[in-house]
Amino acid sequence: MSPRPNYFRVFAIFVRNSLIRDLMFPANFIIESISSIGWMAMNLALYILIYQHTDTLGWAADGNAWSKYQFFVFLATWLLIYNIVQMFFVVNAEEFSELIRTGNLDFALLKPIDTQFLISFQKVDWSAASNLALGLFLLGYALPRLDGFTASPLAIALYPVYVVMGVMIMYSIVISLAATSVWLGRNQSLYDFWFYITNFARYPMEIYQGPVGNYLRWTLTFILPVLVVVNVPARLLAKPFQPDHAYLAVFAIVATLMSVLGSRWLFQRALISYRSASS
Amino acid sequence: MLARAQTWWMILRISLEERLVYRGDFWLGTLMRFLPIVTQVFLWSAVFAGMNAAGGTSGQIGGFSYSDMVAYYMLSMVGRAFSSMPGLASGIALQIRNGEIKKFLVQPIDLLGFLFLTRMAHKLVYYGVALVPFAIAFYLFRGYFNGWPPAEVLVGFSLSLIMAFLLGFFMEALMGLVGFWTLEVSSLLWVFMLFNFFLSGQMFPLSILPPPWDTIALAIPFQYLAYFPAAVFLQKIEGAAMWQGLAIELAWVVFFIIACRVMFNRGVRRYSAFGG
Repeated sequence: MSPRPNYFRVFAIFVRNSLIRDLMFPANFIIESISSIGWMAMNLALYILIYQHTDTLGWAADGNAWSKYQFFVFLATWLLIYNIVQMFFVVNAEEFSELIRTGNLDFALLKPIDTQFLISFQKVDWSAASNLALGLFLLGYALPRLDGFTASPLAIALYPVYVVMGVMIMYSIVISLAATSVWLGRNQSLYDFWFYITNFARYPMEIYQGPVGNYLRWTLTFILPVLVVVNVPARLLAKPFQPDHAYLAVFAIVATLMSVLGSRWLFQRALISYRSASS
Repeated sequence: MLARAQTWWMILRISLEERLVYRGDFWLGTLMRFLPIVTQVFLWSAVFAGMNAAGGTSGQIGGFSYSDMVAYYMLSMVGRAFSSMPGLASGIALQIRNGEIKKFLVQPIDLLGFLFLTRMAHKLVYYGVALVPFAIAFYLFRGYFNGWPPAEVLVGFSLSLIMAFLLGFFMEALMGLVGFWTLEVSSLLWVFMLFNFFLSGQMFPLSILPPPWDTIALAIPFQYLAYFPAAVFLQKIEGAAMWQGLAIELAWVVFFIIACRVMFNRGVRRYSAFGG
């Protein structure tokens, strides 16, 4: 019986190896970093354009509208969460689907370490780090410009916690999607699904109004909790402690727990159903 | 002449059959492609709500009302269905790099003509199959449209779509042909794609841009890939302006066809046939 592996050291080695691999082709790495920033800049340009035509986004009557800098805080939070997930997990989820299809998952199963850990953390996509920096920059730009913003220590302490919870929910979704490759054979539309799901999480939940919107908001909050991911941490800083949304902050904890446990369960089920593949 | 027509017909038929093999989850995939529009619908309704709450006067942004805006996104999907050419430029560049292009130089088949027919076959199959999801999506969003536009507009719209296909093809092909000069075109293609996405009007109607950007965006050919057809259908560009726009689009098409020919002929002359 081998001793329990030191998970933290293994993770540190993964991080280092990925950085070495990414920096092996520096020009390519730089181009990839610039290109992902370019896409984000284009997105940002659209929102700047929108705020040239309106002062707030949404229905101001019930105090739910988002002003320009409030929305930028939201956007920055989305950039942080999305790119942490992109950096650490999306690449691994895609790889996981491939491993299932080719049968190479056998080798991962043989290693004396938790398979989900190995599969989830093997690679780090360092080019996403540039967008992470962009997110931090945007946050630093927008926060001081918020009307009447006072940095409450509690909000600042809770923000990173809720960002991590958001990352955990997103991780659960992407790893669950990847795990379905076991039953679907090949999961080519994995990335599409991922794109469409994240697309809904990109906007404040208040924009989903009307009969269809209410239904959508409810489903995406309580069934597939993607709206919780960015909305809860972003609110902490942009619209701190409005009592009518306190339940969301509590619900986010439940949602995170359920998502992580659910994806763990699905992952284990997938491994049981895995039947390898001939080479 | 007849022999040539037969060859081309054969290429078209083979490509058609090839494409029909992979229709599997195509319907669902196409229908899912409308999902981002759902978020756009809500985003813009919030934008207009915010504007009206602040005592907005016109209820319009860049000449587009809220329902125009939603209809615009739907129509720009149609435009993109004609003008987008995934993998064309990178495919040409790859064939140049790995030497596969040699087969077009030794056989009596023209590279651009061959690719054009394959692409046309691809698109024809695509429309045939995608008609169902498109019809469903347009039916669901019918409330955002003011019924059918007059016949003249429909003629202009159809022409603009056909030319969007031609323009999309030859612009993209030209990018691929740059591969004769530099072997690695991926970063060039990426810049092209980025500008294409932003300036074709996929992200928003170009008329909402502030000056001088609106003038610049409308002066370059990207607008014909998505913005122009949609604006024609919604009668934002009508009458003489529409016909003038179509004439300019035609001029761009001719320009890019000639540019592709010149690039191809020059490229072949300096081509040194790498790979086996």
